[in-house]
Amino acid sequence: MKITTEYRQGRLTIWLNGELDHHAAKSVIETACREIDECLPASCFIDMKGVGFMDSSGIAVILKIYKKMKAIGGTVIIRNMGSHARKILDMSGLTRLISSEEVKA
Amino acid sequence: MTVVNYINIEIPSKSTNEGLARAVAACFAAQLDPTLEEVNDIKTAVSEAVTNCIVHAYPETIGKISIKGRIYDDNTLEIVVKDWGCGISDVKQAMEPMFTTGGDERSGMGFTIMESFMDKLRVKSTVGKGTTVTMRRRLSFRAGNKR
Repeated sequence: MKITTEYRQGRLTIWLNGELDHHAAKSVIETACREIDECLPASCFIDMKGVGFMDSSGIAVILKIYKKMKAIGGTVIIRNMGSHARKILDMSGLTRLISSEEVKA
Repeated sequence: MTVVNYINIEIPSKSTNEGLARAVAACFAAQLDPTLEEVNDIKTAVSEAVTNCIVHAYPETIGKISIKGRIYDDNTLEIVVKDWGCGISDVKQAMEPMFTTGGDERSGMGFTIMESFMDKLRVKSTVGKGTTVTMRRRLSFRAGNKR
């Protein structure tokens, strides 16, 4: 999984590219937590446009980022979630906690 | 029901093999002409079962995981994921949503997802001997797909 991040004017954007499974989850959590600690962003956007596959590991990743952002008083927005990821996140109840948006490239 | 095709593979419990296992399952299921949603559901369920073996069955070691696929003549796909790891002492509790012993890198939703993405899920486990997860999903017959 390829992880790209950008911090600009209080907004941290994390682009995920590839398959989000248990194998990829650790490095995503590490990268996201490091960036949040460094930038202390007001909002964190997780862009999932490039996520071709996701299993329950994605729930743990997003929950971890959500808790981390909540601790610093920030918000999380999931961008371009896709129907399969939505199905899984709906099951966990996370889509009721976290807002999402679709953005055209 | 008659078995019309089968596949047996064996992999070591390395996390790099999670992607391989679900890709094999997706390729095997492809002959049933599944919809994209069905393929994603199957891949996810297999990914959950194999990840459980890697994380829970063999927490400190690399062990053997067997994956068997069968296709029945009524368009049903069966996947059996078996390990010879530590086993689950309380299967009912392990299957509860959000229950996990895997720490905050795991969500505890694996069995819930397998259950909801497949039509049938059976988990047999003996502590110290291993776990067998059997999943079945009957795929839709689509127009123009005559078998």
